[in-house]
Amino acid sequence: MCGQCGCGGESEITLLDPQAGRETAMAREASPGDPHEHVHADGTRHSHAHSHGDHGDHPRGDHSHDHGHHDHGHGHHHGHDGHQPHRHDHGGVRAPTVVVDLDAAILSKNDALAAKNRAWFAGREILALNLVSSPGAGKTTLLERTIRDLRQTLPLLVIEGDQATANDGERIRAAGAPAVQVNTGTGCHLDAEMVARGLMVLKPGVGSVVMIENVGNLVCPALFDLGERAKVVVLSTAEGEDKPLKYPHMFRAAQIMILNKIDLLPHLDYDVARAIANAHAVNPAIKTFLLSARTGEGLASWYDWLRGEAAAARNAAVG
Amino acid sequence: MHELGITRNVVAIVAEAARGRRVRRVTLEVGKLSGVMSEAIAFCFDAVVQGTPVEGAVLDIREIEGRARCAACGIEFATKTLLTPCACGCRTLVRLQGEELKIKSMELAEAA
Repeated sequence: MCGQCGCGGESEITLLDPQAGRETAMAREASPGDPHEHVHADGTRHSHAHSHGDHGDHPRGDHSHDHGHHDHGHGHHHGHDGHQPHRHDHGGVRAPTVVVDLDAAILSKNDALAAKNRAWFAGREILALNLVSSPGAGKTTLLERTIRDLRQTLPLLVIEGDQATANDGERIRAAGAPAVQVNTGTGCHLDAEMVARGLMVLKPGVGSVVMIENVGNLVCPALFDLGERAKVVVLSTAEGEDKPLKYPHMFRAAQIMILNKIDLLPHLDYDVARAIANAHAVNPAIKTFLLSARTGEGLASWYDWLRGEAAAARNAAVG
Repeated sequence: MHELGITRNVVAIVAEAARGRRVRRVTLEVGKLSGVMSEAIAFCFDAVVQGTPVEGAVLDIREIEGRARCAACGIEFATKTLLTPCACGCRTLVRLQGEELKIKSMELAEAA
């Protein structure tokens, strides 16, 4: 992704079905803002040929609403008081304008698709979990271990999100679960549409558990509802105890925190109690599991929770 | 850096609602606890609007301060961050405002 404004075409999103060995490009509905070639108009990757020089005029921060850059120079205040629409007639200097109230949620499209996914899961009595963490916290290892331990009793399927490579999808498949790999290209998170497309390939059965392993990133995935029943944030003892304070949005959005790699504790100065206290400072209701996906310590209570939630998903559809 | 995608959503929603008319101004409400940076939206906006009916529109972002009600003592107070506790020490809060991510309105050139 471009370091300056985060731009990058979403056209590079691909879906890989490791079972069939088939890779498909995921075409998006074209939106007016989509192609952004101007950014690279001179052929260099991060040149930003377009001018950002006028940003100084943008109202922001404590913006005063003075409308000083309106080029028709009228003196009245707009007010923005919600009594819309109102006309602005400027005597022919410029075409009159009309203000239209929209009151639209910016993420409404994603939220609507997420609601569709959620209904789809509910109708099939599927438990869907959205696993998030920073890169390297152990999401894939935890999934591999969970699949190996539970596959006889609990049908698990995985949607793997990464910017590139099919490595994690292959690991999941080797562990014994069907997987679909979504490569987001330059994207830093999965969205509801990618999950919907992944489900079309994966076709999870009634009563199964769908684990959505998000792109390793503690920032952006917090904002995008995928239709999951819960977000599970994985933290590892090799990271700082203050991660919940540094990334409060994610720890607030999550219902579950897994503290992984507890087998390393004897070698670290990690303060488990402080990490949990920090998570509770952001989200008093967050439930925590301490475990090591490598040694298996602590996995039993995670599995109990998982079985309980899967059973609840099956019963919810009945009731 | 999700602000680019967010800005694309803004422009797509506004362009669709404008139905071919030129957009002069877009007013957003962005909560200070929403996890989205107003500056980054403003930065992406000029790039994303190119070639759309929103090109040339002024972007007006109204930032909304965080407020919450304490679940324990019922007091309403300003929350500067997601970590701001109630004066009574309680951290279980009902968020009242500050997480908005909304397109409030758009100003259109009226059809002649």
